[in-house]
Amino acid sequence: MADGSLKLRGRVRAVLGDNIDTDMIYPGRYLNITDREQTAGHLFELAYPEIRPNLEAGDFIVAGRNFGCGSSREQAAAALKFAGAGAVIAGSFARIFFRNAINLGLPAVVAGCPLGPATLACTAGDELEIDLVAGQIRNVTRNRVLEAAPLDPRAVELIAAGGLIPYLKRKYAA
Amino acid sequence: MTLAEKILARASGRERVAPDQIVVARVDLAMSHENADLVRKSFLEIGLARVWDPSRIVIVFDHRIPAESEKTATTHKAVREFVAAQGIEHFYDVGRGGICHQVLPENGHVRPGMVLVGTDSHTTTHGAFGAFATGIGATEMAGVWAEGALWFKVPSTLRIEVKGEFRPWISAKDLILHIIGKLGADGADYRAVEFDGPAIRRMTVASRMVLANLAMEMGAKVAFTPVDEILLDYLRPRVPEKLEMIAADAGARYERVIPVDAGEDLPEPQIACPHAVDHVQPLSALGEVPVEQAVLGSCTNGRLEDLGVAARIVAGRAVHPRTRLVVIPASQQIYREAMRLGYLETLVAAGAIVNPPGCGPCVGVHQGILAAGETCVSSTNRNFLGRMGSTDSRVYLASPAVVAASAIAGKLAHPESIVREGLPWLTEV
Repeated sequence: MADGSLKLRGRVRAVLGDNIDTDMIYPGRYLNITDREQTAGHLFELAYPEIRPNLEAGDFIVAGRNFGCGSSREQAAAALKFAGAGAVIAGSFARIFFRNAINLGLPAVVAGCPLGPATLACTAGDELEIDLVAGQIRNVTRNRVLEAAPLDPRAVELIAAGGLIPYLKRKYAA
Repeated sequence: MTLAEKILARASGRERVAPDQIVVARVDLAMSHENADLVRKSFLEIGLARVWDPSRIVIVFDHRIPAESEKTATTHKAVREFVAAQGIEHFYDVGRGGICHQVLPENGHVRPGMVLVGTDSHTTTHGAFGAFATGIGATEMAGVWAEGALWFKVPSTLRIEVKGEFRPWISAKDLILHIIGKLGADGADYRAVEFDGPAIRRMTVASRMVLANLAMEMGAKVAFTPVDEILLDYLRPRVPEKLEMIAADAGARYERVIPVDAGEDLPEPQIACPHAVDHVQPLSALGEVPVEQAVLGSCTNGRLEDLGVAARIVAGRAVHPRTRLVVIPASQQIYREAMRLGYLETLVAAGAIVNPPGCGPCVGVHQGILAAGETCVSSTNRNFLGRMGSTDSRVYLASPAVVAASAIAGKLAHPESIVREGLPWLTEV
């Protein structure tokens, strides 16, 4: 992604269900952590403690509908990003989580497969290629193409900049 | 146009807008709580010296008050220093405010037609005052502090028309839980919701806030209740600016109109069962559910009418030996009024403990955390896994009346099993 092409390649680390809420992603008890890097240690701590220790840089999380529902806590998106997740792919996202992810430069991709949710087309360990601009996901391991929504141009611009803060920094430095 | 379309059209300087259009809207008010510390850090990273307009920023400490740890105390201190340096006058520190969604309207910061963003998901609550009000994250808020504007996708609107008479002991909380149960946790994702109809227009402002607050739990971007005389009566003594009657146009286009009958569809209290807000059941379907804790409070149900109905139920009775009743007035003003009216005296005499006005245990930090194996009935808004403590604890969401009755019974209970005479719909604000 450093070349600006917005293409990602990585492995699926976990396939989760519908309505993965922000308390599952990042427990409320750690909300007084305001250093974003430090949030990573508590990713999925109560609900799926096995995910974080196995997460490698660039890995993908795949989920069903309404990923990130609940709180506006940005730590949910920050913990995913700083724990090394390359992207979250879900059937749909709760709106605040989606905006938080894009604003932090974490790709959030809405995707499905002809049979239903993306969760049916992937298993943990599968290797995926994602083209964020074109809205294409290929499951390299299973040689399948998933239907993904292309990211809105505004979101592409923010992801390419590395998030809203670097984007604004550049804008006001100019 | 719908209410959401009208407000976004005006805030973006357009004649009309339509669903899915992306507009940049000016922001009238930007609210944060303790996470103002995250916003502050992001804002300083941008490299600007001053926020766009300190008079349009409101900061209210509510999630961890008074500070429960040194770490929190340090972030509180950093926010206080930032507030002073930037000249942000609307700052409600410990002991001055309460829960942000109560403090803002109470102190006249919210009025119909405004665009309000807050770094809290339940910012939708302010739709009860005719504001386009929605939650955003901390980094996005840093952008608002810098620019005073934000992009929005214009939402399509669901209209929920409520007619009929509520039965005794059935409240706005039962109505909205019923609706969330029907539409699901993502049933209003990205959408605006307009609640209207004769049953809504008879509701107190406090009860309307319950609907707008919990609309978030079905994913709503914003949620409105009518701007009418009942609302203006609430706002006039609080808001210095001229108030505007705004309403959706008669020909507004809705994605869907959902009819609800408050009498027929709500024969009994509605309960959201663990661990999802859309997992809603009528009380009688649940059988015997013992509770170790009952929580009455939060931005959803910590207002005067909520404390009042609970006081009426527990008056002259004692909280069950196995149960702890935790009461949290939503603001300092409500706290004082509840003291004056004797509600707190009644509740404490029954064995309740009163927490300071704030979020308390709702967000799982302090002041009433659950152990493994414990069950809580709560008037709050979320029952996610581990939300209030152990991942082996369970939270049932219910109306204030059911919370109070359950505290007395030591198990989930219908208020009519405690108080024989039913309480008709509350009409005082």
